[in-house]
Amino acid sequence: MDDIYKTDALITENIDAYLETHQHKTMLRFITCGSVDDGKSTLIGRLLYDSKMIFEDQLAALEADSKRVGTQGEKIDFALLVDGLAAEREQGITIDVAYRFFATEKRKFIVADTPGHEQYTRNMVTGASTADLAVILIDARKGVLTQTRRHSYLAHLLGIRHIMLAVNKMDLVGYDREVFDRIVADYRAFAESIGIIEFTAVPISGLAGDNIASPSAAMGWYDGPTLLNHLETVELDQSADQRKPFRMAVQWVNRPNLDFRGFAGTIVSGQIHSGDEVRVLPSGKTSSVAKIVTLDGDLERAVAGQAVTICLADEIDCSRGQVITAANSPVEVADQFEATVIWMEEDDMVPGRAYWLKLGPQTVSVTIAQPKYQINVNTMEHLAAKTLDLNAIGVAVVTTDRDIPFAPYEDSRDLGGFILIDKLTNRTVGAGLIHFALRRASNIHWQATDISRDHHASLKNQQPMVLWMTGLSGSGKSTIANLVEKKLARMNRHTFLLDGDNVRHGLNKDLGFTDADRVENIRRVGEVAKLMSDAGLIVITAFISPFRSEREMVRGMMQPGEFVEIFIDTPLDEAEKRDVKGLYAKARAGELKNFTGIDSPYEPPEAPQIRIDTTSMSPEEAADLIIAKLIP
Amino acid sequence: MTLQALTHLQRLEAEAIHIMREVVSEAEKPVMLYSVGKDSAVMLHLARKAFYPAPPPFPLLHVDTTWKFREMYALRDRAARKAGMQLIVYQNPEAVRRGINPFDHGGLHTDMWKTEGLKQALDLHGFDAAFGGARRDEEKSRAKERIFSFRTAAHRWDPKAQRPELWRVYNARKAKGESMRVFPLSNWTELDIWQYIHLENVEIVPLYFAAERPTVIRDGLLLMVDDDRFPLNDEKPVMRSVRFRTLGCYPLTGAVESRATTLPEIIQEMLLTTTSERQGRAIDHDQAASMEKKKQEGYF
Repeated sequence: MDDIYKTDALITENIDAYLETHQHKTMLRFITCGSVDDGKSTLIGRLLYDSKMIFEDQLAALEADSKRVGTQGEKIDFALLVDGLAAEREQGITIDVAYRFFATEKRKFIVADTPGHEQYTRNMVTGASTADLAVILIDARKGVLTQTRRHSYLAHLLGIRHIMLAVNKMDLVGYDREVFDRIVADYRAFAESIGIIEFTAVPISGLAGDNIASPSAAMGWYDGPTLLNHLETVELDQSADQRKPFRMAVQWVNRPNLDFRGFAGTIVSGQIHSGDEVRVLPSGKTSSVAKIVTLDGDLERAVAGQAVTICLADEIDCSRGQVITAANSPVEVADQFEATVIWMEEDDMVPGRAYWLKLGPQTVSVTIAQPKYQINVNTMEHLAAKTLDLNAIGVAVVTTDRDIPFAPYEDSRDLGGFILIDKLTNRTVGAGLIHFALRRASNIHWQATDISRDHHASLKNQQPMVLWMTGLSGSGKSTIANLVEKKLARMNRHTFLLDGDNVRHGLNKDLGFTDADRVENIRRVGEVAKLMSDAGLIVITAFISPFRSEREMVRGMMQPGEFVEIFIDTPLDEAEKRDVKGLYAKARAGELKNFTGIDSPYEPPEAPQIRIDTTSMSPEEAADLIIAKLIP
Repeated sequence: MTLQALTHLQRLEAEAIHIMREVVSEAEKPVMLYSVGKDSAVMLHLARKAFYPAPPPFPLLHVDTTWKFREMYALRDRAARKAGMQLIVYQNPEAVRRGINPFDHGGLHTDMWKTEGLKQALDLHGFDAAFGGARRDEEKSRAKERIFSFRTAAHRWDPKAQRPELWRVYNARKAKGESMRVFPLSNWTELDIWQYIHLENVEIVPLYFAAERPTVIRDGLLLMVDDDRFPLNDEKPVMRSVRFRTLGCYPLTGAVESRATTLPEIIQEMLLTTTSERQGRAIDHDQAASMEKKKQEGYF
């Protein structure tokens, strides 16, 4: 084995000198991409083994496991070192992103190991998001495959600047130079077509150890670096980041007492010195750096990658999520973007639905429009799409509910990469990469009007409200809503009834019954109800409104307390038995698609303000109950 | 412009500080699990850095088994005072009542004091985020765990339903009753921890350094007789120069014979050693998947 991976003589002879050199190691994060049989786990196991990261007890366990469940007969199965969870050991596949660690004299390495089957996109995107380099594994017997293209595309999409092509299993093709050259040429043609300008190719055998840590005796024709050699010397992204303008997103405002106000965050790019002029976004206010505070004393300067606390010379507003930048080089601020969206959840994306978007430390509400197109990750073709399903990647317009400071993803992973969170389950359902801002937001200004909503309401001598009735088709919403409106009218209240069927004849006649259309239907009704409540009216709506998310979205549009959710609770079998419009019969017969309760879900309210059990009271009694609860 | 290459330890430090600040900003009631070991010592040191000049804005929680080494209890109280933090010590009352101990109760000892004790303490105080000092290099199922690890209201971990974790963007959102376990040292290795302790002069329990200590050998483990609760069966404790690579309940923690009395000597031994750290802990010896199973049940 190569000299540099032997236990350093310094360890025994002069440990202090050894520690001194090892404290100056840098760190490289990389990802390995390959299909199921490309030998990915074997390669990583080999790297750990060759860099002396395996202890005797682990090796003993490995040898025992190799005999028991290994695939290499009596030989050590390196893959078993890396295949961690019990579930995947049984299946013989890795099911999730795992991180491995090893170090050489020059660097510490963190490897993101991602599995090669159907969950691949989600896992690979996760692993690639923090990687400086991608090792693309190719089986020398098979050459460039569809998977190779997919892995390379994803690595490039996530902004990995260093691509390494590891042509594995060279031992199985007789260490043939022609095989290697042909694969490299094939790959180059493809790589250039997707914008990968540079890559490094190495012929290896993970199993035999050729060109991993030490040059292969069997491949004298290859004079490039070994795989480890390249990993040790490639330039780090972090150095490149330091040359860019200064940016730091504020995570936390440190206020231990009245005399100290520091802005804590991680510097995402550039450098900062005490005395530098800075600008805070989105407010645009400027100040200068008074000091850079750490437990070890104030710093004269700090650089990209460091987590610091900055005190400014002036008392200016700055809170979590805002971005401090070099004064003469601020970032953009916008509320609408074109972005690549990667969907990571079993349930499809719902265009128009409100999700949380988290970008750096900022969390805002966001809606995603119907994708402009979806990308076939195997062929790079653009396909028409109405939504995105699990592992799909598309390009769409995203609109946030307020201005946020950002940078295009290609300039900054930290200011251009976001995650999407479902508002009900709190799961991370997607990720996005900002391309650029769409200027519409800054060109449409709010027109201030002189007659306020309070004025409208006081003229009518009433408190505006939105009585939102939700329930299955045939539950009695329209009937009860109609009765409630009549009773309110008799009490001289100014009302308006928005009925589902009626709205679909006009305002929403362009919408169908897919999930996305249902969301848009409710969004429009919500906006109309909001305008009417601004006009001082009591608005009564009767819509199935099957999804909790959209009912919550409408609640969020209204003034606090104005939205009253009324659950017209009729069990499905009861509604189907009544079937006043004959719709259930048609749906059962397959003549109506996406019918709520039959082949489209209904999510009942968890805590409605009013619940009407239609099996135990008449519509008349229901209307009286609602009025009694609302108008004391 | 002069560039300043950050060392791997500087990057790991910045990452841990970033994680802690996210938790404090997003969780309602965070807490730091403090086991008094070397990883806890580093985590506490990083917390002081993350929030300086303020003290870390959360308490320390020690889920006690009553069977830790005496020197651990001494350092625990001193370290909390020095950091200006509240120290909460929790002992599972049922384990106290039944006198659960590692000599008579085997696996039940860890289960009741640690797994159950931790769940009870978190529920009792309503903590919704708990920092732990676990590292991904310790054990295979840890290698796949997220930095922000979601737990159900029953504290269960579901390895198949983990949230994707991209860039430095952490999803800390959860419903009432659910919680997060957060591991700021996920990407540190054992060597990183030792190097950092050395560089930053972090105070650790003296048991990590070699000294003459009373010991007996049992089931292949070199155990220290730390107090008179240790039942001796015709055994006579022998004074040996030993130290500990990992610390837990003293009857369950194996020592190694050593002459290393300084940090560089410890690191030297570590680099030359041929067995992994957790071998000194009885908990891992059962089977390959034991840790994954324990974690699913709520063990840290």
